[in-house]
Amino acid sequence: MVDIAQQDAAPAISGGFAEALDRVRRSSEYVVIPLFALLVAGLLFSIFLLALGQSPGTFFALLWRGGFGTGFSWQNTLVRAAPLILTALCVAIPARLGLVIIGGEGALVLGGFAAAVASIPLVHAGAPSFVVLPVMCLCAIAVGGLWIGLVGVLRHYRGINETIASLLMSYIAIAIMNFFVEGALRDPANPNKPSTQAIGEANMIGDVPGLGVHWGLPVGIVVAILLWVLMNRTTFGFAARVTGGNVRAARAQGLPVGRLIVISCAIAGACAGLAGFFEVAAIQGKANASLAAGYGFTGILVAFLARQNPLAIVPVAIFLGGIAAAGGLIQRRMGMPDATVQVLQGLMFVVLLVSETLYGRLPIFRAKGDKR
Amino acid sequence: MSGTDIGFWGVPLAMFAGAIRVSTPFLFVSLGECLTEKSGRINLGLEGTLVFGAMSGYAVSYLTGSPWLGVLAAGISGMFFGAIHGYICKLPKVNDIAIGIAMMLFGTGLAFFFGKPFIQPQAPHLPSINLGGWSDYPQIQSALEINPLFLVGAVLAVAMWWAFKNTRWGLIIRMTGDSAPAALAMGYSVDLVRFLATTVGGFFAGVGGAFLSLYYPGAWSEGLSSGQGLMAVALVIFSRWNPLLCFGAALLFGAAGAIGPALQSVGITQGYYFFNAAPYLLTLFIMIASVSPKRSLKGAPGELSITK
Repeated sequence: MVDIAQQDAAPAISGGFAEALDRVRRSSEYVVIPLFALLVAGLLFSIFLLALGQSPGTFFALLWRGGFGTGFSWQNTLVRAAPLILTALCVAIPARLGLVIIGGEGALVLGGFAAAVASIPLVHAGAPSFVVLPVMCLCAIAVGGLWIGLVGVLRHYRGINETIASLLMSYIAIAIMNFFVEGALRDPANPNKPSTQAIGEANMIGDVPGLGVHWGLPVGIVVAILLWVLMNRTTFGFAARVTGGNVRAARAQGLPVGRLIVISCAIAGACAGLAGFFEVAAIQGKANASLAAGYGFTGILVAFLARQNPLAIVPVAIFLGGIAAAGGLIQRRMGMPDATVQVLQGLMFVVLLVSETLYGRLPIFRAKGDKR
Repeated sequence: MSGTDIGFWGVPLAMFAGAIRVSTPFLFVSLGECLTEKSGRINLGLEGTLVFGAMSGYAVSYLTGSPWLGVLAAGISGMFFGAIHGYICKLPKVNDIAIGIAMMLFGTGLAFFFGKPFIQPQAPHLPSINLGGWSDYPQIQSALEINPLFLVGAVLAVAMWWAFKNTRWGLIIRMTGDSAPAALAMGYSVDLVRFLATTVGGFFAGVGGAFLSLYYPGAWSEGLSSGQGLMAVALVIFSRWNPLLCFGAALLFGAAGAIGPALQSVGITQGYYFFNAAPYLLTLFIMIASVSPKRSLKGAPGELSITK
């Protein structure tokens, strides 16, 4: 990387504007390559559809209509984007330290469950919603944070691979919820689907006025911005990125690597737990098996597509939320299984990771005179 | 039916039976993962391979009427997934752990997509070998009904253990896993060895999936595998990359997985979900107990990103 720094100095004579343009050209790599990967994934998926005798044209038209075509579909898209922003942050923040955490699903489920459980005594006591909701929210954040924070502890102090541990813990989290929901905390008033007691209509979080989407979306966006500031504009974020770049260098500088890992994981888990809170308080109204709807797993894709950048996560989450929202329409109109969207997402993920190999190898994005 | 009620003795017996019955997919996936990891690469996508193998095995068995063809189809489709993983990972700058996660989501997605029409129909099952004919107890009889794939897996474990130690290929794989420069210096293509190891590993995982859908639990459904493929990765670490220990660990995991159903069979239904989580908890505790940040693990391939 030394040579790039040296070459930067050379074209500076040509003026500030040309230099700025050059910088835009070089950093556009991080936008162009993912977009190109998405295009390739779309092409591959079209071939897949043609092989099955389906029309790719119809598919993408329905994808557009079901995700972004009408006001209603936008609403549906944004409702799905809200938890995706938060679960993607659960992947992106530890990723800055070089950790691959894929257990957001578990933190979401357990956070939502904790929120629902916390509401039970308060609802019985007849507490007003401005007391119930903050308590629920805090419980969800705390439980989610502890859950993924524990993954960080295991990683740092026991050397356990965080990817495997977080996914195992996500199965455990779902089992814990099922254990209570089907047993001790089951609401007898709801015989068909085992659930906890409903938090009550009065305690449900309403929609943002004029948008038709619950408050989870603006909160998610604000959290994403705050975390971007934290990771890019504070000493904490700088230390975290140094740790992610080179642990030994970070240790040599005396950075508290263990504390950084555990705190970042806890922040990540808190985000996923917050997503669980909104799923319970704005959508489900209670905790049940519907909480494990796969937002945690789609969040992994969102984070990778956004290149682990908290700000980029917002548009990417809306994009993938739209694809998920269109799933139902595609299923009905084209008679295809509901897993179609999952296949498309998986394909996008694989192609995207393959495209990582292109970084730094395409001459158009290189600094002038850099002949590799 | 007097004399056949064995009461709470049914629990350890059912766990023993479960160890044999439930362990086979763990065994195959962990052997496949062991082979891949020995060559210095990790494949987290075996969970997806397992699910796709289960679906394709079931579908082929249903369409052709032959469960063994189903097993073969599952293996071949697993090989295909392994080959994709192996090919992608050799590209520069590609992270094998992330690719594994992507392949896991892609594999399960494809399996659910193509598996929709096969959820209802009943496919022919794999036959079992009955070794319990001498006993009057139906519980013992059912415990000793052993699937041929279990025996194949056991033989495979021993064969792999022997081959790693004593054959030229075993040495090449171990060398590539321990030091890519050394393999390169000896004139072997690191990429090719890893590609082949990942492909064959995928074959094993696919066969493990066929066992799930064609023998136990014995039907294709979307909730068929819940992390077995991933637990197998942890299991390989626990067994220190030794195929023989993989066999023992798979039995242990099978027994843990059988606790819930075994207790249910004697009437303890309380905490069913809790006992269902037993294998995950066991994996986690085993990892906590066996891994340490202070020293590198004995037997760990030096090139493996997960232990670095």
